[in-house]
Amino acid sequence: MAINWFKYSAPSTFYALAGKLIPWFAVSAAMLFAVGLYIGFFVAPVDYQQGEFYRIIFIHVPASILSMFLYLVMAAYAALGLIFNTRLSAMMATAIAPTGALFAFISLWTGALWGKPMWGAWWVWDARLTSELILLFLYLGYMALHSSIDDPRRADRASALLAIVGSVNVPIIYFSVKWWNTLHQGSTIKFSGTSMHVAMQQAMFITLAACWLYAIAVVLARVRSIILEREHQTKWVAELSEVRT
Amino acid sequence: MTGLDIWMRENPLTYVWLGSYVVALLIFAVEIVLVRHKRKLTLEQIRLLREAGEED
Amino acid sequence: MKPRQKRVMFILVGIAAVGLAVGLVLNALDKNVSLYFTPTQVFNDEAPHGRSFRIGGLVEEGSVQREADGLTVNFAITDTSKRIPVVYKGILPDLFKEGKGVVAQGTVGPDGIMHADEVLAKHDENYMPPEAKDALEKAAAANAAVESK
Repeated sequence: MAINWFKYSAPSTFYALAGKLIPWFAVSAAMLFAVGLYIGFFVAPVDYQQGEFYRIIFIHVPASILSMFLYLVMAAYAALGLIFNTRLSAMMATAIAPTGALFAFISLWTGALWGKPMWGAWWVWDARLTSELILLFLYLGYMALHSSIDDPRRADRASALLAIVGSVNVPIIYFSVKWWNTLHQGSTIKFSGTSMHVAMQQAMFITLAACWLYAIAVVLARVRSIILEREHQTKWVAELSEVRT
Repeated sequence: MTGLDIWMRENPLTYVWLGSYVVALLIFAVEIVLVRHKRKLTLEQIRLLREAGEED
Repeated sequence: MKPRQKRVMFILVGIAAVGLAVGLVLNALDKNVSLYFTPTQVFNDEAPHGRSFRIGGLVEEGSVQREADGLTVNFAITDTSKRIPVVYKGILPDLFKEGKGVVAQGTVGPDGIMHADEVLAKHDENYMPPEAKDALEKAAAANAAVESK
């Protein structure tokens, strides 16, 4: 039996599905955060050179990974919307941007707090830090462009182009520490494995999963509002119990 | 060395918690509040629109 | 071509074009994108003259000397083939250690010595408890002893 995936790309079906999924994602995100931070602070040992300060990694690395992945997901949705003219894809892209921007900000912020005690500087203009800052500006530019155009369809198309063009920046962030001399160290998580002690690694992967689930929950919650806003004149919205009361 | 430099070295765990984790969790909390607020606003707006439509 | 295929082509060609343009620009700006020069690059005269720039490498083993005032430090940055002596007056980051990564900013005088006004520590991407580090070092020392026999 074939599943009709296009059924789920209809805003009415997706709205209901998202509503059912959000609590599950939210609860498991909260639980994983608690477990990850417990392991990170009480089980994982201190680092041989950075002492306690390295524990910033359990939020810094997940936030950085999420900020990059969410950008690619946003650009993919934007491209789908542009190619297939599906209503939902464009709405998803719009819903992802604020969360991606927040993760980019958290990545820069926690990075600065980590850099000060370890490197001796809050900020340096090296390729890794600068390209991550550009990522934050791309998110902000996408949101500003989208909200500056009144007609939602035209706003979708214009901002989709920005999102797609900006995705060139993501591989630059990832490979910057390889391609150029940077103060930022190389990647801890490589395609070949990680360079981390087991408990540290567990804590980081658990908080990474928690951040993923959190991002999914909050993006789904946001897209539900966007769906309602854009489809408010349709019959299925009028029939929703939360609208009729 | 400034006072902050000395303080963060004497209290590394407090520094890590307050500076990174509390800030990150606050950001998540604010985002959740904003998303819920947006939903409330959107629903109210749609109800208003429909009431205005039914009166016509 | 159907309009949909046209849009796909448009997006793919667009990404390729932008990627190529960005790649060319970054390639041309290679020296400006990199945060620091290696000692070898400085010896090959690739570093700027008369203005401040950064040198990065390892703090040479046995090169760190503190002067009587307690603030001025002399050390050398090495990339294992060339070395640049550095004079710095100020507070060093915690991770500044012989054999560890360092990035110093300043000007190189005609004497070939860098007068640094900022010294940053560069750490690696390995995270492990002190015991594991000790074990690794012991194993490495044992290996070296076996090989030298």
